[in-house]
Amino acid sequence: MNSLIMIIVSAAFINNVILSQFLGICSFLGVSNKIKTSASLGGAVIFVMTIASAVAYILYTFILAPLGLDYLQTIVFILVIAALVQIVEMFLKKTSPALYTALGIYLPLITTNCAVLGVALNNVTDGYDFIESVVSGFGTAVGYTIAIVLLAGIREQIADNDIPEPVKGAPLVLFCATLMGMAFFGFSSLG
Amino acid sequence: MNKNNVAIERIINGIATENPIFIMMLGMCPTLAVTTSVTNGIGMGLSTTAVLVVSNLVISLVRKIIPDDVRLPAYIVIVASFVTVTQLIMQAYFVALNDSLGVYIPLIVVNCIILGRAEAYASKNPPLASTFDGIGMGIGFTWGLFLLSAFRELFGAGTFAGIQVMPSIYKPIDILVKAPGAFLVLGFIVMAMNALSIKTRANEITEGCDNCPGCGMPGADPDCEGKEGKKA
Repeated sequence: MNSLIMIIVSAAFINNVILSQFLGICSFLGVSNKIKTSASLGGAVIFVMTIASAVAYILYTFILAPLGLDYLQTIVFILVIAALVQIVEMFLKKTSPALYTALGIYLPLITTNCAVLGVALNNVTDGYDFIESVVSGFGTAVGYTIAIVLLAGIREQIADNDIPEPVKGAPLVLFCATLMGMAFFGFSSLG
Repeated sequence: MNKNNVAIERIINGIATENPIFIMMLGMCPTLAVTTSVTNGIGMGLSTTAVLVVSNLVISLVRKIIPDDVRLPAYIVIVASFVTVTQLIMQAYFVALNDSLGVYIPLIVVNCIILGRAEAYASKNPPLASTFDGIGMGIGFTWGLFLLSAFRELFGAGTFAGIQVMPSIYKPIDILVKAPGAFLVLGFIVMAMNALSIKTRANEITEGCDNCPGCGMPGADPDCEGKEGKKA
């Protein structure tokens, strides 16, 4: 049990997927204008990443590894993630149209979110078992959500400030991310 | 335009006009993650270039065969195959580099530059032009990684490609090679590029959809809901 809590804390804070591993930066910089949209995206990522970790583990352990096809993991995982996102999309469309509309374009974009593929590949490298893989996927996605919602909060606060022309846009977001990264750096002593 | 001109134009386009890192802000994950040293930066840049050139060529060759509905999954499989080949080559011949780049080699699959070029250029243009587009974009990406990693390694560790260059009296700014330093240095570089481009085209209006980098991308109008499908 302790080790599972350690995996969650480590995935969400110490090795935060965005601020220390630099995965999922595109959506981190792009979809962090408003707290509401980034929280929806975070929710979708938690959903997809947890399921993707489970499915990737099953495929790798019971099909790829016994057949000696583990070099195909990149191709198989990306296809699984793409298919999974499609299924989740269809499922949500049928069962919860409200949530489907709220997530909008962000759901298909998760396919190219490198954080999802990164976690699946890292789980294999780290040799996690089934439960650990799922927990690590979930923890990583929670860390992703925390980081993107925090950044959106900062950006909402400073949106109307008088900012020098060259800093507007991407540089400002990058500077905010720098400060957040420094703050998250403090967690590294926990490990 | 003859063939030479197309080639030169595509390469200049990749290095300057549409530089993937500084102008388009694509492929940010490897950009920030591997630029702790010059060796890593150039290694990453060249492996991405290799995948980009070959996949651009192949996608351009098969662009008329693939049905429109399934083109993205097809592109992903093509790219993923070449990434796997690259990874196997790296594991065999560049063991040290492969170890330090780690998971970022397989992650070339989801590098937005590659799918972006496949969708925006290779799926619409003949093979030769697409190949040069790949070369141009690859050089632009590698050059961006080189600039970023040279700055971080020089001031963050006092070395260049592993060789001590700074005098021993210089105290390295440790934070630059740590995670937050990546955001900081890239922020300053993009800021400098912005300042330069503002100077050159002083009063150009940047509003409207023509200059929009795409929904949700940095620099886009936050209230813009996209050209199609305006949400109520």
